[in-house]
Amino acid sequence: MTDLLELRNLTLGYDLHPAVHHVSMSVQRGDLMAIIGPNGAGKSTLLKALVGQIQPLSGEIIRHGLSKERIAYLPQLSQVDRTFPITVHEMVSLGAWTQTGPFGRVRSKDRRKVSDAIVQLGLEGFEQRLIGSLSGGQMQRVLFARLLVQKADLILLDEPFTGIDSRTTADLLALIHAWHRHGKTVLAVLHDFDQVRRHFPRCLLLSRQAIAVGATESVMTPLNLQRARRLNEAFDERAEYCAHD
Amino acid sequence: MFEYFFAPFYDFLFMQKALVGCVAIALSSAPVGVFLMLRRMSLTGDAMAHAILPGAAVGYLVAGLSIGAMTLGGIIAGSLVALVAGLVSRVTQVNEDSSLAAFYLISLAAGVLIISSSGSQVDLLHVLFGSALALNNQALILLASICTFTLVVLAVLFRPLVVECMDRQFLQSVSRLSPLTHMVFLVVVVVNLVGGFNALGTLMSVGMMILPAALARYWVRTLDAMLLVACIFAIICSYVGLLLSYHVAWPAGPSIILMLGMCYSVSLVFGPQGGLVTKFTRPRHLSA
Repeated sequence: MTDLLELRNLTLGYDLHPAVHHVSMSVQRGDLMAIIGPNGAGKSTLLKALVGQIQPLSGEIIRHGLSKERIAYLPQLSQVDRTFPITVHEMVSLGAWTQTGPFGRVRSKDRRKVSDAIVQLGLEGFEQRLIGSLSGGQMQRVLFARLLVQKADLILLDEPFTGIDSRTTADLLALIHAWHRHGKTVLAVLHDFDQVRRHFPRCLLLSRQAIAVGATESVMTPLNLQRARRLNEAFDERAEYCAHD
Repeated sequence: MFEYFFAPFYDFLFMQKALVGCVAIALSSAPVGVFLMLRRMSLTGDAMAHAILPGAAVGYLVAGLSIGAMTLGGIIAGSLVALVAGLVSRVTQVNEDSSLAAFYLISLAAGVLIISSSGSQVDLLHVLFGSALALNNQALILLASICTFTLVVLAVLFRPLVVECMDRQFLQSVSRLSPLTHMVFLVVVVVNLVGGFNALGTLMSVGMMILPAALARYWVRTLDAMLLVACIFAIICSYVGLLLSYHVAWPAGPSIILMLGMCYSVSLVFGPQGGLVTKFTRPRHLSA
């Protein structure tokens, strides 16, 4: 196993208020890792930093042989404007952006990938539907189909199963396992501890700092979880920019 | 029949010029309005239209009723307000809507003050409500250039613009175009408002953006169709509005916008995509 991502003493935040402190860890190629922690622990912030949407306040993220185009990122469901008049087929086709760029045409190779992804996610017959007419579960299938077309090496999922029914969740988990088998690296922010224990071999427990990282059973101990809760509660929202010690 | 509908445009050069100018505005403003609406920025468009007034007013102070000076002043003022409002909302956490509302009230007051303190009531009316029937060649060239520029920009930036409206996070994750797309789009909005104000006035030009877009949504569901329907309605209403202003002696700008308003009301009631009639007549799906 080789390192894919390396975080060195990473501190992240908005407007100079740090949200995540001094995280040092590495993610290996092929890892299937859950990121857990209380609300406001900085999980989404960490994903945004990994995809390059926010810059570290200090420390660094080293991407080993991983260009930005090879990272796919699925934000929380609410981020997409569902009233926009775009069809399922068009939405999934956007996954080919890394091939087409902003101006290029969708080639037949990519078109085949798009229809394969639509079949694999069980969305046949929905191609010409507008995304506004889909249920939450169907919409998440569409977004996963788009991820599938993107052909990324590193896939970042932010609460992919929140508000999604159990059948869709099972299908999407199966897809994540398939990615894992094909050697892709998957990081997912999750809240369902049972799900994490059953499906994710590795885990990061985050609460403004990395409480524990490693094999899931060694991370999710009652002691660690309790520590995570206490740290998050004690955290002062108005903390000054933290100096290096 | 022919006399009534076509003769004015055959007989009078000023009617021809008015028609050409309004069609140019319709062709570029309607698609811009569709994107403005889909980005939920209809109010932003309105605010920017008002913001253009003091810029145009300063241009008027310097050079009188000259198209070049007023256009330049309008573009500078519009861009400035868009920029400042964006900055204020980013720095102070107050959302963009209320900061825009504050800016446009200030701009409107300042603009009216500048013009009325140095010009006549007629000049003020001209700037506020336009003078489609007095377009000269210079103005037509300006409107045609703006139309061309807008359509080219929209065609080139179509895909990034769609994704920027619908799923900005995705655009940011696959490309660096998001801020550029946003800025260029705002520039296009400002340029179109400034162009429109020559014919329709600062207060009316935003109507040519918002109304066609809003009514298109009641007729068709896809984006391509919306762009087309918005353009068609904008052009037809320009024609009918000018015709009415000729026969009934209404001011041209308001009668064009009123025609659009009438079409909007009809669409709101009878439009097949979520119009009031379909809402109340469609049978419930599961009822026996």
